[in-house]
Amino acid sequence: MYRFELFVAGDAVNSAQAVANLTSICREYLPDRYEIEVVDVFKEPNRALTQGVFMTPTLMTLAPPPPRRIIGTLSDARIVLLTLGLATPG
Amino acid sequence: MKTPLPALPREMHKAPTGIAGFDQITAGGLPKGRTTLLEGSPGAGKTLFALHFLVHGARHCGEPGILVAFEEAAERIVANADGFGWDLAELIPDQLMFVDARPDADLVRSGNFDLIGMLASLGALAKQMGARRIVFDAIDIILALLPDESARRREIHRLHEWLLAQGLTGLITAKKGGDEGSSISTTSHGFMQFMVDCSVVLNHTIVLGVSQRDVRVQKYRGSSFNEDESPFVIGPGGLDVAIARMLGAADAPTSSERITTGVERLDTMLGGGYYRGASVLVTGFPGTAKTTLSGAFAAAACERSERTVFFSFDSDGSEVMRNLTSVGIRLEQHVQSGTLRMVSARTISGSAETLLSRIKAIATQHQARCLVIDPLSTLSKSGSELAAHGAAERLIDWTKSQGITLLCTSLLDELAEQKNGGAQLHISTLADTWIHLNYLVQAGERNRGMSIIKSRGTAHSNQVREMILSESGVTLADTYTAGGEVLMGTLRWQKESAERIANEVAEAQGELKRVRLDAEEAELAVKLKSLQTELVAKQVEKALLTRTSMSRERELAGELSRIRESRGADATNLDPM
Repeated sequence: MYRFELFVAGDAVNSAQAVANLTSICREYLPDRYEIEVVDVFKEPNRALTQGVFMTPTLMTLAPPPPRRIIGTLSDARIVLLTLGLATPG
Repeated sequence: MKTPLPALPREMHKAPTGIAGFDQITAGGLPKGRTTLLEGSPGAGKTLFALHFLVHGARHCGEPGILVAFEEAAERIVANADGFGWDLAELIPDQLMFVDARPDADLVRSGNFDLIGMLASLGALAKQMGARRIVFDAIDIILALLPDESARRREIHRLHEWLLAQGLTGLITAKKGGDEGSSISTTSHGFMQFMVDCSVVLNHTIVLGVSQRDVRVQKYRGSSFNEDESPFVIGPGGLDVAIARMLGAADAPTSSERITTGVERLDTMLGGGYYRGASVLVTGFPGTAKTTLSGAFAAAACERSERTVFFSFDSDGSEVMRNLTSVGIRLEQHVQSGTLRMVSARTISGSAETLLSRIKAIATQHQARCLVIDPLSTLSKSGSELAAHGAAERLIDWTKSQGITLLCTSLLDELAEQKNGGAQLHISTLADTWIHLNYLVQAGERNRGMSIIKSRGTAHSNQVREMILSESGVTLADTYTAGGEVLMGTLRWQKESAERIANEVAEAQGELKRVRLDAEEAELAVKLKSLQTELVAKQVEKALLTRTSMSRERELAGELSRIRESRGADATNLDPM
């Protein structure tokens, strides 16, 4: 099971794009094997502070280990998959 | 998108930084509620400046602050700050917060991102603690992650707008644009420059092998400021900006009190001594007893129980004391009682500004009323002449503002003196009293001569005096002027003894004459007496003679009449045969 935390800044353009991109990547590569929690930094600023999230959007993978962190709109699916170990370089 | 800014009274729209000197340059500090950009090369002191600003705000202005660190770990900044005795632990977390915002080393980026998240979190934090000041340290680190120029501009703009909306006094530090080590391109740097209300540049250069730091305010919207580069040092208490005197700055009240120079006759020459709070310059060649004169002054000050600091840059403090003991100036007891502080730094290095800062720090710490710097020419030992001159000027300015009486010596080498006829540091114009010591070579001797070249506000003797060092102390001797030449040493002694002998001879001759006259007088008196006696004798004799002749006449007459009577002759025949 893949568990994600996606920190977004309300409905800012970059954040909205990230939510859409992450959902589509998960649907395609991890069907029924994922959980996404979207954290709005405007609503939970302290959570962002304690997690050290400063750039939005930020994707954090909680499981499986090791924990990873990707910033940006996740527009490049290949980088996301490589980071998650779902694709091999090359 | 421009947020309207109401005009505020001048004092109200400044946020003091607490950095000595900087607040004067900017007439109060950074613009309150606006953004300042602080640029500088690596190691120029940006983080320290920023921290100083926050600590001062939190501790003295009731303005809590946040430091967002993009480059250095927050714990390291705290640890470094402890070296300045700021005791940050006392302020954290209510008055001061550190936010570690360093991007992960293994951070992966996919697509665009922005700083909205950070600003949202910081906004919440600022509200919680009522922060009034915020620092973004090393913004260039995070800007470098952004994919393109437009994204950078957008985020800079976003940050700026956010700061204005929050009403926070913002300080953004960045590596200097255009530097090799800078990760900001010229464009975004230019944009940042344009956007902020105040821009400050820290410079760290090496001049002739000596580190030199300067701070310069590049722009300051809506405020007057000093545009020049001002040297600064990172001292024991943080940053210390050297400032040239601002017009209208107040000195300590001018005193007409005289304090002794430690040499009695010099006091007389100066009409009572140095003025309290004056700056005195003693120049001279090596070995002309500059240190001795300084020591005499220090000892006299300590005897009045005035706290004094003696900086000795030529020799060790204990050596100076030993050497001074040989001329009867004893400083040990004052060092022991704590009145005097000897500071020796024979091989001190560093820029003139660093030295000045140390001198000021030590003098302040000791609460000195009198200050001796032997020699001041140390300032120009390393680094540029100009910087040394500036530092010397500021030293005099500072002692004046503090009411400290300053005596500094300055070494002259003969060549330099011939060239410019004055002290190397050109401080002779600033000094109130200038005493020059030199050697006069005459008749195969070198003797120490002292002259007062100037002494403001004092009728001073214009004569060159001979300075004599002996076990009992420093004394000045009158000099003999003969044929327009000043006589000293043996020549003076010869002249003196010649005069003494001449006096003695004259005295003896006078005495002799008096005795002779006495004798004559006595003789005449005796003569007078004997003549008087003779006179009396003569008078007696004369009286006797008269009496005898009268009685004879009488007898003769009696005889005649008796004869006539016996002859019975008539009265007409009176012929006495």
